[in-house]
Amino acid sequence: MAYSGKARESYQNELANLRGQGLFKEERYIHAPQGAEIEVEFPTGNPPRKVINMCANNYLGLSSHPEVVAAAHAGLDHRGYGMSSVRFICGTQDIHRELENKLTEFLGTEDTLLFPSCMDANAGVFEAILTEQDVMIADRLVHASIVDGMRLCKAMQDTFKHSDMGHLEEKLAEHQDKRFRMVITDGVFSMDGDIAKLDEIVRLAEKHDAMVFVDDSHASGFIGRTGRGTHEHCGVVGRIDVITTTLGKALGGASGGCVAGRRELVEMCRQRARPYLFSNTVAPVIVSGALKVLDLISATTERRDTLERNTLYWRKLLTDAGFDIKPGESPIVPVMLYNAKLAQDVARDLFAEGIYAVGFFFPVVAKGQARIRTQLSAAHEKRHLDAAIAAFIKVGKKYEILGLGKNQIIEKYGL
Amino acid sequence: MDEIRKVIRDYVVKEYLEEGDDREIREDTPLITGGIVDSFSMVSLKRFLERKYSIQIPDAEATPQAFDTVNSIAALVTRFTKA
Repeated sequence: MAYSGKARESYQNELANLRGQGLFKEERYIHAPQGAEIEVEFPTGNPPRKVINMCANNYLGLSSHPEVVAAAHAGLDHRGYGMSSVRFICGTQDIHRELENKLTEFLGTEDTLLFPSCMDANAGVFEAILTEQDVMIADRLVHASIVDGMRLCKAMQDTFKHSDMGHLEEKLAEHQDKRFRMVITDGVFSMDGDIAKLDEIVRLAEKHDAMVFVDDSHASGFIGRTGRGTHEHCGVVGRIDVITTTLGKALGGASGGCVAGRRELVEMCRQRARPYLFSNTVAPVIVSGALKVLDLISATTERRDTLERNTLYWRKLLTDAGFDIKPGESPIVPVMLYNAKLAQDVARDLFAEGIYAVGFFFPVVAKGQARIRTQLSAAHEKRHLDAAIAAFIKVGKKYEILGLGKNQIIEKYGL
Repeated sequence: MDEIRKVIRDYVVKEYLEEGDDREIREDTPLITGGIVDSFSMVSLKRFLERKYSIQIPDAEATPQAFDTVNSIAALVTRFTKA
Protein backbone atom coordinates (compact mmCIF):
# COMPACT_ATOMS: atom_id res chain seq x y z
CA MET A 1 0.00 0.00 0.00
CA ALA A 2 1.50 3.26 -1.11
CA TYR A 3 -0.47 5.45 1.32
CA SER A 4 1.49 4.29 4.33
CA GLY A 5 0.71 4.83 7.97
CA LYS A 6 3.65 7.22 8.02
CA ALA A 7 2.15 9.33 5.23
CA ARG A 8 -1.29 9.38 6.90
CA GLU A 9 0.20 10.37 10.23
CA SER A 10 2.26 13.12 8.64
CA TYR A 11 -0.79 14.69 6.96
CA GLN A 12 -2.86 14.29 10.11
CA ASN A 13 -0.19 16.17 12.05
CA GLU A 14 -0.09 18.92 9.45
CA LEU A 15 -3.88 19.32 9.60
CA ALA A 16 -3.78 19.30 13.41
CA ASN A 17 -1.20 22.10 13.25
CA LEU A 18 -3.51 24.14 11.05
CA ARG A 19 -6.29 23.66 13.59
CA GLY A 20 -3.93 24.54 16.43
CA GLN A 21 -2.92 27.78 14.71
CA GLY A 22 -6.57 28.71 14.07
CA LEU A 23 -5.98 28.50 10.31
CA PHE A 24 -8.26 25.54 9.57
CA LYS A 25 -10.96 26.44 7.09
CA GLU A 26 -14.43 24.94 7.37
CA GLU A 27 -17.22 25.20 4.84
CA ARG A 28 -20.68 26.27 5.87
CA TYR A 29 -23.53 24.59 4.02
CA ILE A 30 -26.01 26.99 2.43
CA HIS A 31 -29.51 25.62 1.83
CA ALA A 32 -30.66 28.31 -0.59
CA PRO A 33 -29.69 30.13 -3.79
CA GLN A 34 -27.14 32.94 -3.32
CA GLY A 35 -28.75 36.19 -2.19
CA ALA A 36 -28.99 38.93 0.43
CA GLU A 37 -30.65 36.46 2.80
CA ILE A 38 -29.54 32.85 2.85
CA GLU A 39 -30.13 29.78 5.00
CA VAL A 40 -26.93 28.49 6.51
CA GLU A 41 -26.25 25.23 8.33
CA PHE A 42 -23.59 26.03 10.91
CA PRO A 43 -22.15 24.38 12.83
CA THR A 44 -22.60 21.36 10.55
CA GLY A 45 -25.55 19.25 11.66
CA ASN A 46 -27.53 22.19 13.07
CA PRO A 47 -30.79 23.18 11.40
CA PRO A 48 -30.25 25.92 8.76
CA ARG A 49 -30.83 29.50 9.96
CA LYS A 50 -31.73 32.52 7.92
CA VAL A 51 -28.93 35.11 7.96
CA ILE A 52 -28.11 38.31 6.08
CA ASN A 53 -25.20 37.70 3.76
CA MET A 54 -22.49 40.35 4.03
CA CYS A 55 -19.63 38.38 2.48
CA ALA A 56 -20.59 37.38 -1.07
CA ASN A 57 -19.01 38.70 -4.26
CA ASN A 58 -22.58 38.97 -5.56
CA TYR A 59 -22.07 42.69 -6.10
CA LEU A 60 -24.87 43.22 -8.59
CA GLY A 61 -27.26 40.70 -7.04
CA LEU A 62 -27.41 38.75 -10.30
CA SER A 63 -26.37 35.33 -8.98
CA SER A 64 -29.99 34.21 -8.69
CA HIS A 65 -31.71 36.82 -10.83
CA PRO A 66 -34.80 35.29 -12.49
CA GLU A 67 -33.85 36.48 -15.99
CA VAL A 68 -30.34 35.05 -15.64
CA VAL A 69 -31.72 31.76 -14.34
CA ALA A 70 -34.23 31.64 -17.24
CA ALA A 71 -31.47 32.34 -19.78
CA ALA A 72 -29.36 29.59 -18.25
CA HIS A 73 -32.34 27.21 -18.53
CA ALA A 74 -32.77 28.13 -22.19
CA GLY A 75 -29.06 27.57 -22.79
CA LEU A 76 -29.34 24.16 -21.23
CA ASP A 77 -32.27 23.32 -23.52
CA HIS A 78 -30.69 24.63 -26.72
CA ARG A 79 -26.97 23.96 -26.30
CA GLY A 80 -26.90 21.08 -23.80
CA TYR A 81 -25.20 20.47 -20.49
CA GLY A 82 -21.57 19.84 -21.38
CA MET A 83 -19.23 19.87 -24.36
CA SER A 84 -16.86 17.07 -23.30
CA SER A 85 -14.00 18.91 -24.97
CA VAL A 86 -11.46 21.66 -24.70
CA ARG A 87 -12.20 24.73 -26.79
CA PHE A 88 -9.95 24.03 -29.76
CA ILE A 89 -11.02 20.44 -30.44
CA CYS A 90 -14.82 20.47 -30.41
CA GLY A 91 -15.70 22.68 -27.45
CA THR A 92 -16.46 26.04 -29.05
CA GLN A 93 -20.10 26.82 -29.69
CA ASP A 94 -21.49 29.92 -31.39
CA ILE A 95 -22.45 31.26 -27.96
CA HIS A 96 -18.86 31.08 -26.68
CA ARG A 97 -17.73 33.44 -29.40
CA GLU A 98 -20.84 35.58 -28.92
CA LEU A 99 -19.97 35.99 -25.23
CA GLU A 100 -16.36 36.82 -26.07
CA ASN A 101 -17.51 39.50 -28.49
CA LYS A 102 -19.90 40.96 -25.93
CA LEU A 103 -17.18 41.05 -23.29
CA THR A 104 -14.86 42.78 -25.77
CA GLU A 105 -17.49 45.44 -26.37
CA PHE A 106 -18.31 45.79 -22.66
CA LEU A 107 -14.70 46.05 -21.54
CA GLY A 108 -13.66 48.26 -24.46
CA THR A 109 -10.82 46.01 -25.61
CA GLU A 110 -9.79 44.56 -28.99
CA ASP A 111 -10.59 40.90 -28.28
CA THR A 112 -11.44 38.45 -25.48
CA LEU A 113 -10.80 34.78 -24.72
CA LEU A 114 -12.83 32.79 -22.19
CA PHE A 115 -11.10 30.67 -19.56
CA PRO A 116 -12.63 28.19 -17.08
CA SER A 117 -11.97 30.77 -14.34
CA CYS A 118 -10.04 34.00 -13.78
CA MET A 119 -7.65 31.95 -11.68
CA ASP A 120 -6.93 29.99 -14.88
CA ALA A 121 -6.69 33.17 -16.94
CA ASN A 122 -4.10 34.57 -14.53
CA ALA A 123 -2.27 31.26 -14.36
CA GLY A 124 -1.92 31.12 -18.14
CA VAL A 125 -1.63 34.63 -19.47
CA PHE A 126 1.92 35.63 -18.47
CA GLU A 127 3.59 32.49 -19.71
CA ALA A 128 1.74 32.86 -23.02
CA ILE A 129 2.90 36.39 -23.77
CA LEU A 130 6.20 37.02 -21.94
CA THR A 131 9.62 35.36 -22.11
CA GLU A 132 12.94 35.47 -20.25
CA GLN A 133 13.74 38.65 -22.19
CA ASP A 134 10.94 40.51 -20.38
CA VAL A 135 10.11 41.72 -16.87
CA MET A 136 6.88 41.64 -14.86
CA ILE A 137 6.57 44.44 -12.30
CA ALA A 138 3.69 43.68 -9.93
CA ASP A 139 2.04 45.62 -7.12
CA ARG A 140 2.93 43.81 -3.88
CA LEU A 141 -0.73 43.21 -3.00
CA VAL A 142 -1.89 41.51 -6.22
CA HIS A 143 -4.15 38.49 -5.93
CA ALA A 144 -2.68 35.04 -5.27
CA SER A 145 -3.68 33.81 -8.74
CA ILE A 146 -1.46 36.46 -10.32
CA VAL A 147 1.42 35.41 -8.10
CA ASP A 148 0.94 31.83 -9.28
CA GLY A 149 0.77 32.91 -12.93
CA MET A 150 3.97 34.93 -12.56
CA ARG A 151 5.70 31.92 -11.03
CA LEU A 152 4.86 29.91 -14.15
CA CYS A 153 6.39 32.53 -16.43
CA LYS A 154 10.09 32.76 -17.29
CA ALA A 155 10.17 36.56 -17.39
CA MET A 156 12.00 38.34 -14.58
CA GLN A 157 9.77 39.05 -11.58
CA ASP A 158 9.87 42.31 -9.70
CA THR A 159 7.47 44.19 -7.47
CA PHE A 160 6.62 47.70 -6.38
CA LYS A 161 5.25 48.90 -3.05
CA HIS A 162 1.47 48.88 -2.95
CA SER A 163 0.13 51.75 -5.10
CA ASP A 164 3.45 53.59 -4.75
CA MET A 165 3.89 55.35 -8.07
CA GLY A 166 7.35 56.69 -7.23
CA HIS A 167 8.57 53.17 -6.57
CA LEU A 168 6.93 51.90 -9.75
CA GLU A 169 8.65 54.57 -11.79
CA GLU A 170 12.03 53.62 -10.28
CA LYS A 171 11.40 50.02 -11.32
CA LEU A 172 10.33 50.98 -14.83
CA ALA A 173 13.50 53.02 -15.26
CA GLU A 174 15.65 50.24 -13.82
CA HIS A 175 14.34 47.64 -16.27
CA GLN A 176 14.82 49.56 -19.50
CA ASP A 177 17.27 46.88 -20.67
CA LYS A 178 14.47 44.35 -20.98
CA ARG A 179 12.60 43.68 -24.24
CA PHE A 180 9.14 44.29 -22.73
CA ARG A 181 8.03 45.59 -19.35
CA MET A 182 4.58 44.72 -17.98
CA VAL A 183 3.07 46.52 -15.00
CA ILE A 184 0.71 44.19 -13.16
CA THR A 185 -2.01 45.26 -10.75
CA ASP A 186 -5.45 44.43 -9.42
CA GLY A 187 -8.11 46.98 -10.36
CA VAL A 188 -9.79 46.81 -6.96
CA PHE A 189 -7.71 45.10 -4.29
CA SER A 190 -9.73 42.31 -2.77
CA MET A 191 -8.71 42.64 0.86
CA ASP A 192 -8.58 46.42 1.36
CA GLY A 193 -11.12 47.40 -1.30
CA ASP A 194 -8.93 50.23 -2.56
CA ILE A 195 -8.78 51.13 -6.24
CA ALA A 196 -5.54 51.07 -8.25
CA LYS A 197 -4.29 54.42 -9.54
CA LEU A 198 -4.71 53.23 -13.10
CA ASP A 199 -4.53 56.69 -14.63
CA GLU A 200 -1.09 57.23 -13.10
CA ILE A 201 0.01 53.68 -13.88
CA VAL A 202 -0.95 54.12 -17.54
CA ARG A 203 0.83 57.47 -17.70
CA LEU A 204 4.03 55.97 -16.27
CA ALA A 205 3.74 52.91 -18.50
CA GLU A 206 3.40 55.06 -21.60
CA LYS A 207 6.33 57.22 -20.50
CA HIS A 208 8.58 54.20 -19.88
CA ASP A 209 7.31 51.98 -22.71
CA ALA A 210 5.57 49.33 -20.66
CA MET A 211 2.39 47.30 -21.06
CA VAL A 212 -0.30 47.37 -18.38
CA PHE A 213 -2.12 44.35 -16.97
CA VAL A 214 -5.18 44.68 -14.69
CA ASP A 215 -7.15 41.98 -12.92
CA ASP A 216 -10.57 43.59 -12.65
CA SER A 217 -12.41 40.72 -10.97
CA HIS A 218 -13.61 42.91 -8.09
CA ALA A 219 -14.61 45.74 -10.44
CA SER A 220 -16.13 44.43 -13.69
CA GLY A 221 -19.83 45.25 -13.82
CA PHE A 222 -19.96 48.01 -11.23
CA ILE A 223 -16.84 50.21 -10.91
CA GLY A 224 -16.93 53.22 -13.24
CA ARG A 225 -19.93 55.27 -14.31
CA THR A 226 -21.36 52.49 -16.47
CA GLY A 227 -19.72 49.60 -14.61
CA ARG A 228 -17.04 48.81 -17.19
CA GLY A 229 -14.41 48.59 -14.51
CA THR A 230 -11.44 50.34 -12.99
CA HIS A 231 -10.24 51.59 -16.36
CA GLU A 232 -13.52 53.44 -16.82
CA HIS A 233 -13.34 54.82 -13.27
CA CYS A 234 -9.82 56.15 -13.99
CA GLY A 235 -10.54 57.39 -17.52
CA VAL A 236 -8.18 55.01 -19.33
CA VAL A 237 -10.53 52.81 -21.37
CA GLY A 238 -8.70 51.49 -24.43
CA ARG A 239 -5.27 52.06 -22.86
CA ILE A 240 -5.02 48.84 -20.82
CA ASP A 241 -3.19 46.09 -22.72
CA VAL A 242 -4.52 43.10 -20.77
CA ILE A 243 -7.59 42.87 -18.55
CA THR A 244 -8.43 39.63 -16.83
CA THR A 245 -11.74 39.30 -15.07
CA THR A 246 -14.25 36.79 -13.77
CA LEU A 247 -17.81 35.79 -14.45
CA GLY A 248 -17.81 34.38 -10.92
CA LYS A 249 -18.50 37.58 -9.00
CA ALA A 250 -20.69 40.47 -10.20
CA LEU A 251 -21.26 39.02 -13.68
CA GLY A 252 -23.63 36.26 -12.57
CA GLY A 253 -21.36 34.60 -10.04
CA ALA A 254 -21.31 31.11 -11.58
CA SER A 255 -17.79 30.53 -12.88
CA GLY A 256 -15.58 31.34 -15.84
CA GLY A 257 -13.13 34.12 -16.54
CA CYS A 258 -11.40 35.77 -19.45
CA VAL A 259 -8.37 37.50 -20.86
CA ALA A 260 -9.36 40.64 -22.76
CA GLY A 261 -7.02 43.11 -24.40
CA ARG A 262 -4.80 43.68 -27.41
CA ARG A 263 -5.75 41.40 -30.30
CA GLU A 264 -2.31 39.78 -30.62
CA LEU A 265 -1.98 39.16 -26.88
CA VAL A 266 -5.38 37.46 -26.74
CA GLU A 267 -4.44 35.38 -29.78
CA MET A 268 -1.18 34.35 -28.09
CA CYS A 269 -3.30 33.08 -25.18
CA ARG A 270 -5.47 31.10 -27.60
CA GLN A 271 -2.31 29.52 -29.01
CA ARG A 272 -0.28 29.06 -25.84
CA ALA A 273 -2.12 29.50 -22.54
CA ARG A 274 -2.10 26.10 -20.92
CA PRO A 275 -5.26 26.43 -18.76
CA TYR A 276 -7.11 27.37 -21.96
CA LEU A 277 -5.55 24.59 -24.03
CA PHE A 278 -5.82 21.78 -21.53
CA SER A 279 -8.99 22.51 -19.61
CA ASN A 280 -12.62 22.00 -20.52
CA THR A 281 -14.66 24.67 -22.22
CA VAL A 282 -16.99 26.86 -20.12
CA ALA A 283 -20.33 25.03 -19.91
CA PRO A 284 -23.08 26.27 -22.26
CA VAL A 285 -25.44 26.92 -19.39
CA ILE A 286 -22.96 29.38 -17.85
CA VAL A 287 -22.26 31.07 -21.17
CA SER A 288 -26.00 31.55 -21.71
CA GLY A 289 -26.45 33.04 -18.24
CA ALA A 290 -23.48 35.37 -18.70
CA LEU A 291 -24.84 36.64 -22.03
CA LYS A 292 -28.03 37.65 -20.23
CA VAL A 293 -26.01 39.34 -17.47
CA LEU A 294 -24.23 41.49 -20.04
CA ASP A 295 -27.55 42.38 -21.68
CA LEU A 296 -28.99 43.42 -18.33
CA ILE A 297 -26.08 45.59 -17.23
CA SER A 298 -25.54 47.12 -20.68
CA ALA A 299 -29.20 48.21 -20.85
CA THR A 300 -29.21 50.12 -17.56
CA THR A 301 -26.84 51.17 -14.78
CA GLU A 302 -29.62 50.73 -12.22
CA ARG A 303 -27.98 47.83 -10.41
CA ARG A 304 -24.53 49.38 -10.09
CA ASP A 305 -26.20 52.62 -8.97
CA THR A 306 -28.05 50.72 -6.24
CA LEU A 307 -24.79 49.08 -5.21
CA GLU A 308 -23.12 52.49 -5.03
CA ARG A 309 -25.92 53.85 -2.83
CA ASN A 310 -25.74 50.78 -0.59
CA THR A 311 -21.99 51.17 -0.30
CA LEU A 312 -22.22 54.83 0.72
CA TYR A 313 -24.99 54.03 3.19
CA TRP A 314 -23.13 51.09 4.76
CA ARG A 315 -19.86 52.99 5.04
CA LYS A 316 -21.73 55.85 6.78
CA LEU A 317 -23.52 53.48 9.16
CA LEU A 318 -20.25 51.85 10.22
CA THR A 319 -18.42 55.17 10.56
CA ASP A 320 -21.24 56.77 12.56
CA ALA A 321 -21.31 53.74 14.86
CA GLY A 322 -17.62 54.21 15.60
CA PHE A 323 -16.07 51.31 13.71
CA ASP A 324 -12.59 51.65 12.25
CA ILE A 325 -13.07 50.98 8.52
CA LYS A 326 -10.72 51.18 5.55
CA PRO A 327 -11.72 54.30 3.65
CA GLY A 328 -12.60 54.00 -0.03
CA GLU A 329 -15.33 53.87 -2.63
CA SER A 330 -15.63 50.19 -3.44
CA PRO A 331 -18.26 47.82 -2.04
CA ILE A 332 -15.51 45.95 -0.20
CA VAL A 333 -15.63 47.50 3.27
CA PRO A 334 -13.13 46.06 5.76
CA VAL A 335 -13.93 46.59 9.43
CA MET A 336 -10.50 46.68 11.05
CA LEU A 337 -9.92 44.68 14.24
CA TYR A 338 -6.13 44.02 13.90
CA ASN A 339 -6.17 41.06 16.33
CA ALA A 340 -6.85 37.65 14.71
CA LYS A 341 -8.74 36.17 17.64
CA LEU A 342 -10.89 39.28 17.99
CA ALA A 343 -11.78 39.03 14.28
CA GLN A 344 -12.82 35.40 14.72
CA ASP A 345 -14.82 36.15 17.89
CA VAL A 346 -16.63 39.09 16.31
CA ALA A 347 -17.50 37.04 13.21
CA ARG A 348 -18.85 34.23 15.39
CA ASP A 349 -20.98 36.62 17.46
CA LEU A 350 -22.27 38.36 14.34
CA PHE A 351 -23.41 35.00 13.01
CA ALA A 352 -25.27 34.38 16.26
CA GLU A 353 -26.98 37.72 15.61
CA GLY A 354 -28.00 36.65 12.10
CA ILE A 355 -25.20 38.31 10.12
CA TYR A 356 -22.89 36.28 7.92
CA ALA A 357 -19.51 38.03 7.68
CA VAL A 358 -16.09 36.45 7.77
CA GLY A 359 -12.95 37.29 9.71
CA PHE A 360 -9.71 37.51 7.71
CA PHE A 361 -6.30 37.26 9.32
CA PHE A 362 -2.74 36.13 8.57
CA PRO A 363 -1.77 34.63 6.14
CA VAL A 364 -4.69 35.96 4.05
CA VAL A 365 -3.83 39.50 5.17
CA ALA A 366 -0.61 40.77 6.78
CA LYS A 367 0.04 40.06 10.45
CA GLY A 368 -1.69 42.61 12.69
CA GLN A 369 -4.19 43.50 9.96
CA ALA A 370 -7.07 41.18 10.95
CA ARG A 371 -10.47 42.38 9.93
CA ILE A 372 -14.07 41.51 9.10
CA ARG A 373 -14.45 42.03 5.37
CA THR A 374 -17.98 43.15 4.54
CA GLN A 375 -19.19 43.28 0.96
CA LEU A 376 -22.20 45.06 -0.39
CA SER A 377 -24.64 43.87 -3.01
CA ALA A 378 -27.31 45.51 -5.12
CA ALA A 379 -29.53 42.77 -3.69
CA HIS A 380 -29.27 44.33 -0.22
CA GLU A 381 -32.22 46.42 0.79
CA LYS A 382 -32.10 49.18 3.40
CA ARG A 383 -33.69 46.86 5.95
CA HIS A 384 -30.83 44.36 5.51
CA LEU A 385 -28.21 46.99 6.18
CA ASP A 386 -30.15 48.45 9.11
CA ALA A 387 -30.41 44.98 10.66
CA ALA A 388 -26.74 44.34 9.98
CA ILE A 389 -25.58 47.57 11.64
CA ALA A 390 -27.75 46.84 14.70
CA ALA A 391 -25.94 43.50 15.06
CA PHE A 392 -22.52 45.10 14.46
CA ILE A 393 -23.22 47.71 17.13
CA LYS A 394 -24.39 45.07 19.62
CA VAL A 395 -21.24 43.00 19.07
CA GLY A 396 -19.04 46.11 18.97
CA LYS A 397 -20.38 47.17 22.38
CA LYS A 398 -19.71 43.71 23.79
CA TYR A 399 -16.05 43.98 22.83
CA GLU A 400 -15.92 47.69 23.67
CA ILE A 401 -14.35 48.67 20.36
CA LEU A 402 -16.78 51.35 19.20
CA GLY A 403 -15.04 54.68 18.79
CA LEU A 404 -11.60 53.13 19.11
CA GLY A 405 -8.88 53.72 16.54
CA LYS A 406 -6.14 51.36 15.46
CA ASN A 407 -3.77 51.99 18.35
CA GLN A 408 -6.50 51.78 20.96
CA ILE A 409 -7.79 48.45 19.61
CA ILE A 410 -4.25 47.08 19.53
CA GLU A 411 -3.65 48.37 23.06
CA LYS A 412 -6.79 46.60 24.23
CA TYR A 413 -6.42 43.30 22.40
CA GLY A 414 -2.81 43.12 21.25
CA LEU A 415 -1.72 42.03 17.79
CA MET B 1 32.04 42.89 5.34
CA ASP B 2 30.55 45.55 7.65
CA GLU B 3 30.22 47.90 4.71
CA ILE B 4 28.40 45.23 2.70
CA ARG B 5 26.07 44.57 5.61
CA LYS B 6 25.26 48.26 5.84
CA VAL B 7 24.54 48.49 2.11
CA ILE B 8 22.21 45.48 2.28
CA ARG B 9 20.46 46.70 5.40
CA ASP B 10 19.87 50.17 3.95
CA TYR B 11 18.52 48.69 0.73
CA VAL B 12 16.14 46.37 2.62
CA VAL B 13 14.77 49.24 4.70
CA LYS B 14 14.28 51.48 1.67
CA GLU B 15 12.98 48.83 -0.68
CA TYR B 16 10.79 46.64 1.48
CA LEU B 17 9.48 48.57 4.45
CA GLU B 18 6.38 50.65 3.87
CA GLU B 19 6.20 54.21 5.12
CA GLY B 20 5.41 54.15 8.83
CA ASP B 21 6.73 50.61 9.25
CA ASP B 22 9.23 51.04 12.06
CA ARG B 23 10.36 47.42 12.35
CA GLU B 24 14.04 47.23 13.15
CA ILE B 25 16.14 45.35 10.61
CA ARG B 26 19.08 43.76 12.36
CA GLU B 27 21.77 41.63 10.82
CA ASP B 28 20.04 38.43 11.93
CA THR B 29 16.43 39.53 11.37
CA PRO B 30 14.72 36.84 9.26
CA LEU B 31 13.70 38.67 6.10
CA ILE B 32 11.95 36.02 4.02
CA THR B 33 10.72 33.67 6.75
CA GLY B 34 9.82 36.78 8.76
CA GLY B 35 7.54 38.04 5.99
CA ILE B 36 9.52 41.24 5.28
CA VAL B 37 10.74 40.20 1.82
CA ASP B 38 8.70 37.84 -0.37
CA SER B 39 10.35 35.54 -2.86
CA PHE B 40 9.35 37.78 -5.81
CA SER B 41 10.71 40.90 -4.26
CA MET B 42 13.98 39.10 -3.50
CA VAL B 43 14.78 39.40 -7.21
CA SER B 44 15.29 43.15 -6.96
CA LEU B 45 17.74 42.69 -4.08
CA LYS B 46 19.74 40.13 -6.05
CA ARG B 47 19.79 42.41 -9.07
CA PHE B 48 20.83 45.40 -6.95
CA LEU B 49 23.74 43.48 -5.39
CA GLU B 50 24.90 42.09 -8.73
CA ARG B 51 25.05 45.60 -10.18
CA LYS B 52 26.56 47.24 -7.13
CA TYR B 53 29.36 44.69 -6.73
CA SER B 54 29.70 43.62 -10.39
CA ILE B 55 29.08 40.00 -9.54
CA GLN B 56 26.84 37.23 -10.86
CA ILE B 57 24.94 35.19 -8.27
CA PRO B 58 23.71 32.01 -9.99
CA ASP B 59 19.96 31.39 -9.52
CA ALA B 60 20.75 28.09 -7.82
CA GLU B 61 22.66 29.97 -5.13
CA ALA B 62 20.02 32.67 -4.69
CA THR B 63 17.85 30.56 -2.42
CA PRO B 64 15.39 31.92 0.14
CA GLN B 65 17.72 30.49 2.82
CA ALA B 66 20.72 32.35 1.45
CA PHE B 67 18.70 35.57 1.32
CA ASP B 68 17.03 35.24 4.71
CA THR B 69 19.23 37.56 6.78
CA VAL B 70 21.56 40.49 6.20
CA ASN B 71 24.36 38.26 7.50
CA SER B 72 23.67 35.38 5.10
CA ILE B 73 23.30 37.74 2.13
CA ALA B 74 26.55 39.48 3.04
CA ALA B 75 28.30 36.11 3.20
CA LEU B 76 27.01 35.24 -0.24
CA VAL B 77 28.10 38.56 -1.72
CA THR B 78 31.54 38.22 -0.15
CA ARG B 79 31.94 34.73 -1.57
CA PHE B 80 31.16 35.86 -5.10
CA THR B 81 33.17 39.07 -4.81
CA LYS B 82 36.23 36.98 -4.01
CA ALA B 83 35.48 34.35 -6.63
